[in-house]
Amino acid sequence: MTIQSEKVDLGARSCISSRVDMEGVNGKSVGHLFENISSFVRQCIFSVLNVGPVPSHIAFIMDGNRRYSKKQNLLDGDGHRAGFSALINMLKYCYELGVKYTTVYAFSIDNFKRRPGEVASLMKLMQEKIDELTQEESIVNRLGIRIYFQGNLKLLSDCVRSAAERAMVKTSGNSRAVLSICVAYTSTDEIVHAVQESCEEIWDDIRKREVNNAEGNFVGLKENGKDENEHRVGLTDVDRHLYMSVCPDPDIIIRTSGATRLSNFLLWQSAHCLLYSPTALWPEIGLRHLIRVILDFQRNFLYLKAKKKQS
Amino acid sequence: MDLGNEVQKILSWTSVCGNLALHLIWLIVHLIINVWYSALGIARVVENTLISSGLLKSYNAINISKVRYLAVVIDSEEARQTSKVLELLRWLASIGVLKKSQTAIIEGLNKSQKATASKIKSQEAIVEGSNHGTLVEHVDLEFVSFADSKPAVAKAANLLFAKHYASTILEKPNFTESDISEALQAVGYGGPEPDLLLVYGPVRCHLGFPAWRIRYTEIVHIGPLKSMKFGSLIKAIHKFTKVHQNYG
Repeated sequence: MTIQSEKVDLGARSCISSRVDMEGVNGKSVGHLFENISSFVRQCIFSVLNVGPVPSHIAFIMDGNRRYSKKQNLLDGDGHRAGFSALINMLKYCYELGVKYTTVYAFSIDNFKRRPGEVASLMKLMQEKIDELTQEESIVNRLGIRIYFQGNLKLLSDCVRSAAERAMVKTSGNSRAVLSICVAYTSTDEIVHAVQESCEEIWDDIRKREVNNAEGNFVGLKENGKDENEHRVGLTDVDRHLYMSVCPDPDIIIRTSGATRLSNFLLWQSAHCLLYSPTALWPEIGLRHLIRVILDFQRNFLYLKAKKKQS
Repeated sequence: MDLGNEVQKILSWTSVCGNLALHLIWLIVHLIINVWYSALGIARVVENTLISSGLLKSYNAINISKVRYLAVVIDSEEARQTSKVLELLRWLASIGVLKKSQTAIIEGLNKSQKATASKIKSQEAIVEGSNHGTLVEHVDLEFVSFADSKPAVAKAANLLFAKHYASTILEKPNFTESDISEALQAVGYGGPEPDLLLVYGPVRCHLGFPAWRIRYTEIVHIGPLKSMKFGSLIKAIHKFTKVHQNYG
C-alpha cells in the first residue's frame, strides 16, 4: 500500500470516526467545534505515527475501575461505567490509527470470586453495554467492527450469554476491524479447552477411519511400526482450537494501574509481545498513553520481528 | 487540459512534500525519544550505583523471603556474553535468604553456560563490601527453554489423549487445569510458578517463558544484560515486595 493511499484510508477512518463523535454531541456547537479540533489534531498525530510500523493487534487489561471509583468518590459501579467510556475512546483511537484487532480483558474467571452482589452488578452492566454496542447506531456498527466474545461462555448467566451471542451474530457482517472481548476467560482455561478440542478432533478422525476401514482393528493406523496414537496432538492443533485463534498474536499488551503481571491473560499468545504498564487507572487512560506505547513499539519493532521469526 | 495537468502537478508536488514533512517529523520525534531514554538511562545508572553502595537506606532492608521463586529471562543474543551471565548468577546466589533456599529459573542459556551455572550452584558465596547480604545459602537452579512452553503443552496433550482416548471410552472426559498440570509434570515439564520474572534484554517481553507457569508472575524489565547493575536487581526485588495481588 502506498503512502498516498494509506493517508486517504487514514483520513477516511478519521472522518467516519469524527462523524460518529459529532452525532453523539447532541447538536451543541461548542462541543462540535471541540470535537472537530480534537479529531483534526488526532488525524495529524496518527499521520505521523503511520510513517512507521503500526501494530495490527493491541490488547488491554482494563485494571483500576474500582480504585478509580474510590478515588473520585463515585458510587459502586460508576467506576466500571467510566471504564466503559474509556474503552470506547481507546477503540476509536485504535480504529483511527489503523489497528485492525483490539482485545480487552473484560471479566476473568477469577473475578467470579468477588462478592456475589458485585458480580451480579457487573453482569448486569455487561449485558446493558453489549445491547448498547449492538444497536444500529452504535459506534461498533458505524465503524464496521466485528465483535467476538472469547472465553468459557457457559459460565455466564443465560441472559448475558444470549446477549453476547446476539452481538456476535449482529456484527458478523462487519469487516473493518475486530474487537475481542474476553469474558469468563483465563489463559489456562483457554489452553485446557484447546487441548480438549484437539483430542476430541483426533478421536473423531480415528473413529471415522475405523468406520471407513472395512478391515478395522487399527491395521490402517500403524505406520513405520509405531502406534499412530503417539504424538498425535501437534502444536498447530492446540493453536487452532484456542479461543483467540480468530486473531493474530498481540503486538502490544497494555495493563493499566501499573501492575506488571498478566493475570492469566493471553499467556500463550504473548511470547513476543511488548508489555506496557502505565500507572494510570483504566478510566484515566488516554491518547497520550497510546501514542507513547506505539512509539515504543516502533523503536523496538525490528527486534520483536526478529524474535518472532526465530521462534 | 493544461490547467488540469498543472493542478495535478501541483497536487502531486504537495503530496510528495507532505509525505517528506511527515517522515521528517517522525524522525525528529524518535530522535527526541532516544535522547529522552538516554537521559533516563543515565539517571538509572546513578540510582543503581547509589543502591549498590547502600547510600539509599530504603533498599538496605528487603524482605527477600517474599520471593520464593525468581525467574530470569535472558535474550538469546545477550546471553552470548558468558561473563555477564555468570556475574548475574553470582549476584542471584548472593541475595539468598539466610534460612531458606530460593529457586532461580533461568531461560536463555546455552549448554556450556548451563554447565558452568550448575557449578556456581554448588558454591557458597560471601558478598563482601555490601549491605545486602552476608553468608548466603545455596541457590537451586532450573533451566528452561522454548521447549518447556508450547511444545510441552502439546506433549502433555498427547499424554492425556493416550490416557483418556486411546482405548474405547465410555464417557467423554472433561479435562481440568489439574489434569494439564499433572500431565506437564509427568512429561517432565512441571515446575513452580515464579513470583517474579526479570527480563534482561532490550524490550519488556517474556520471550516465551512457559505460559502455564506465569499466570500471576510479576514481569519486570531490567534492561540489556551488558549494562546490568546489582542495584537494578535489588530495586526490582524491593518493588516486588510492595506489590499486593487480589487474585480475583
